This record gives sequence, C-alpha cells and structure tokens, in this order.
Amino acid sequence: MTSPPRPDRHRETESPDVPGFGTWSAVYLFVFGWFVLVVALLTVFTAMYA
Amino acid sequence: MNVADWIVLLATIVGIAAYGAWRTRQVRNLNTYLRGKPSTGWGTIGLSVMATQASAITYLSIPGQGFESGIGFVQNYFGLPLALIIVCAVFLPMYRRLNVYTAYQFLAERFDEKTRLLGAGLFLLQRGLAAGVTIYAPAIIVSTVLGWPLDPVIVATGLLVIAYTVTGGSEAVALTHRWQMAVIAAGMVTALILLILRLPDGLHFSGSVAAAGALGKLHAVDFSLDPSRRYTVWTGLFGGLFLSLSYFGTDQSQVQRYIGGPSLREGRLGLLFNAVLKIPMQFVILMVGALLFVFYQFAPHPVFFNQAEWRRHAQDGRFRVIETEHAQALAQSQSAIRAWVQARASDDAAREATARAAMVAANDRAQAIRAEARAALLAADPRAKIKDSDYVFITFIVTQLPHGAVGLLLAAMFAAALSSKASELSALGSTTTIDFWRHFRPLAAADEARNMRVARRFTALWGIFAVAFALFAGFAENLIEAINILGSIFYGVLLGLFLVAFFLRHVGGSAVFFAAIAAQTLVIVMYFSLNIGYLWYNLIGCAACIALSLVLQAILSRRAGVGGRAS
Repeated sequence: MTSPPRPDRHRETESPDVPGFGTWSAVYLFVFGWFVLVVALLTVFTAMYA
Repeated sequence: MNVADWIVLLATIVGIAAYGAWRTRQVRNLNTYLRGKPSTGWGTIGLSVMATQASAITYLSIPGQGFESGIGFVQNYFGLPLALIIVCAVFLPMYRRLNVYTAYQFLAERFDEKTRLLGAGLFLLQRGLAAGVTIYAPAIIVSTVLGWPLDPVIVATGLLVIAYTVTGGSEAVALTHRWQMAVIAAGMVTALILLILRLPDGLHFSGSVAAAGALGKLHAVDFSLDPSRRYTVWTGLFGGLFLSLSYFGTDQSQVQRYIGGPSLREGRLGLLFNAVLKIPMQFVILMVGALLFVFYQFAPHPVFFNQAEWRRHAQDGRFRVIETEHAQALAQSQSAIRAWVQARASDDAAREATARAAMVAANDRAQAIRAEARAALLAADPRAKIKDSDYVFITFIVTQLPHGAVGLLLAAMFAAALSSKASELSALGSTTTIDFWRHFRPLAAADEARNMRVARRFTALWGIFAVAFALFAGFAENLIEAINILGSIFYGVLLGLFLVAFFLRHVGGSAVFFAAIAAQTLVIVMYFSLNIGYLWYNLIGCAACIALSLVLQAILSRRAGVGGRAS
C-alpha cells in the first residue's frame, strides 16, 4: 500500500500549543508584528547611517 | 589550506553525509522516504526549510552584494514573512487534508491531470536547471580561489549528496540539514567575530559601521517608486511576496520539508520560525559584506577580486598602471576615512561635512578605478568575467582567517551547497516518481517496493543530470541572481495556478491550463524585451495567469451556455 497514512483530524485542528498564544491567528499576528518591527528598525537604521 | 583546515573540512562534510546515510540506511517505507520521519519536530522542519533555501551561493554572493551595492538587498526578503503566514494558513492545511506527497497532486485533485502535469513540469524545468547552478556555483568560486581543479570538485560534491539523498530520501535530508545548519551558523559567527576583531585600529566596530553608512553601504530601506530600481521596499514586499509564496507554497523542494511531521502544528511552527529569523539573518550576512568593504579600505587587496580571471587577461602595461592607480587611490581613501573619523569626533558639523565629502570623493575615485579595471578586462576579452563580488568573501576567508577557521568556513560553504542540493534532488525524484511515473504507470502505485526503487533511481538520475549540467554548461556571472531570475520567470505562473485553485472555485482545469501556458509565454517574451526588475515577473506571471483564467473561464462558460441552449 503506497498511500501516505491519513493524518489525525483531531490533531489538525488543535491549538498552537505555544505559551501565551491561544489561537493560530494570534501567532500569525505576532509574526506580522515582528515583521513590522524589523522593517521599522531597518528604516531607523537607514536614517541613522545612510 | 593546511592539514588542520583539511581535517575540519573533510571531517565535517564527509562525516555529516556518512552519518545521514548510515542513520537512514534502513528506510523501506515510501512515506518516510518522500515526506520524512512521521515524528519529525518543528525545530527540525524549521532548520530544514532554512537549510533548503540557504545554498552556498547565499553565503558567497550575499556578503559580495553587501560589499558592492550595500545592504539594500535585504528588502528582497520583506515579502517572505507575509508569504509564510499565507502558506501556514492556506496552503499547508490543504496539503495535509489531501495527504499528498507532492504539491502538484493537489492540482490534480482540484483541476485535472493535465494541469497537474503542467505544474509539475514547470517545477521540474525550473528546479532541474537551477540544480546545475547550485552545484556549479560554489565549485567554480572555491576552485578559482584555491586553485583546485573544477571538475573533481563538482563530481565529489555531487556524488556525496547523491549518496545520502538516494539512501535515506527525505529523512536523510532533514537529518543532515540539522548538522549542516549548525556548521553554517558556526562558520558565519566565526567569520563575523574575526572580521570585527580585524577592523582597523581607531575605527573599531561602531566607527566602521558609521564609515560604511557614510560611504553609502547601509541604505537598507528604499521607498522609491522607480520601477527600474532593483531593490526597493515595494519590489521586496510585492515581488518578494509572490516569489516567496510561490517558492514556499508551490516548490516541492520546500513543500516536501514541511508536509511531514506528526501534525499541522509542526509544519506551521517550522515555517514561522523562518518567518521570524530570515530578515535578521540576511541583514547580518549583508552587514558582513558592508564591514568587509570598510575592512578592505585598510587592508591590501587586488583591484579585481577574481584574481584568476585578472591574471588570465591582465598581461600588458595598461593593467599595471591600473593596479598602481588603485593602490594610490586606496591610500588616499584610508587617509580620508581617518580624517573623517577625527572630524566626526570633534563635534564640528562643518568640519565633519567637509571631511565626509572628501572621503566620499576618495572612495568614488577608488570605485572608478575598479570600474576601469573591469572595462579593461572586457576590452582585452569580451568574454571575460567582469563581476567579482562573489569572490570578495572567499578571498577574505582564505587570506585573512587563521588555519582551522579557513577549514570551518569552507565546510560551511560546502554544507550549504549540500543542504540545498539534497532538498532539490529529493524533490525532483519525488515529483518525477509521483506526478509523472505513477501517472503513466497507474497500476504500479500499489507496489511500495517498486515505488521506492523508482524514487531512488529518479533521485540518482537527477543528481547525475545536475552534475553533468554543472560540468558542461556555462552560467551567468552573478550566481544568486541567475537563480532568482530563473525562479521569477517560472514561479509566477506556477503560483497563479495554485492561487486560482485555492481562491477561484468556479474556474475549471481547461481555463487555468491554457491561461498558464499563455501567461508563461507572455513572461518569457517580456523578459527578453523589457528592462524591469526581475522580481516583478513573479507578480506579472501570477496576475496574468489569474486574469486569463477568469477570462477563459467566462468564455468557456458562455459557450457551454450557448451550446446548452442550442441543444
């Protein structure tokens, strides 16, 4: 039999299990916020040195 | 290189490859071979995704980019975190729900077999050609600088990666990626620390950063709307978003890294690990290049870093004059930088401005002589390779670092080469087996042992093809750009196929199939006739595929309606 085993559907909908984050949307928002912070810091870096 | 360097290099590279092959020699299960061990954790997935993207070219070319053009290249990665969020939210759950081995199986489920073959074919075409580049690129640079013969380096690298990838498949790839990333990280941190320690007296780290900024190397963010500028916030956000979305969402070499694991969580966290770390990591690597620029204002260096090419063509007195002028310009630049540092410390704004202008003028003079050297090379031989930025970092490694560190840095280069190559070979083998071989041998799908044999053979064949391609083909000079340009030409349309599949539920297989062919033709014609930043082709290819799919679907629906009424 060569089909991959079916994933456990219960586990597919589980919470992210990341401390401080109850949903995946919160995790995505954190990553987006981090991205905005990094771009802001790079903009400040450019203003300071370029 | 001395014995210590050789021991570090060989023990690291051969050791990791042998460990990967030995640990995975018992793999008999097709699922493990194609998707990795089912218990793979998010850390391993995250490192594997990172190692797949970080080829040796990354570590050779990106410091060179920082040296030559500054750190603005970091903007290329602005679309990446956003793309990875979309992949986590949309692409990955669908792949896991359909339980696919390859991304292109999804196209068959959503549309039809011909669209799946088109998607898989575009991937094989793009990635198959890039496979030759990723094996050739580090080999040519290392061979040139160290004086090693090129062909044995290509063959040895190729055979090593073929051996463990064919043996253990995706599981061996993920296993070796962890150790290869450790070597790469250790190498880059070592290089950065040694570079900082060797910065000129009187400047140190903060002064060197300030000097790099004053000399125009630290313009990280550019909000210009000029479409002819290669790296801006907008090309990074939009072009980079589409490039990253197609690379991480539809390129099997990446999809294969994260569709395994025990649950959706592992793949998502592995991808988000990259979303958080990628821009800071690239920033640091580019800063190495910018600091190298300052370092080389004070350290003797050739007017042209690809010394093998220079010696080949620079025979007459005209080149000796250029070398002398370059040495004089460098001395003037050193004096001007030191004068600027003193003026900067004096808190006298007018004096600082004057010293800065003098420093910039002296640097412009040195850069003009480098440009003159390239022009002289071209005049001597129109086929001469005149871009030397890929040789800057490796020259620093072999001429400035202590023994042992040289071996470690070369091991990092080869680890990066093997890691990206292994993912490519595994993905090419998987796609050829699952999307093509099984398509034409549907009855063989149930024979697991035969599937394993075929997957191993295709992986080996792609490896041999890549080595042969690297041995017999010539490539573009700026290697990282060659791969990115190749990706941008094909990725946009491939992404368009997937976006139509995910978001335009009423569009059928025939409409998207012919739309993709038309869009790909359009992109190729535009590439050869226009001069715009190549990242835009991701957006153009994707948008054209989606728009044409909608138009064709409307026409087909109308015809079907007319046909239905007529009958």
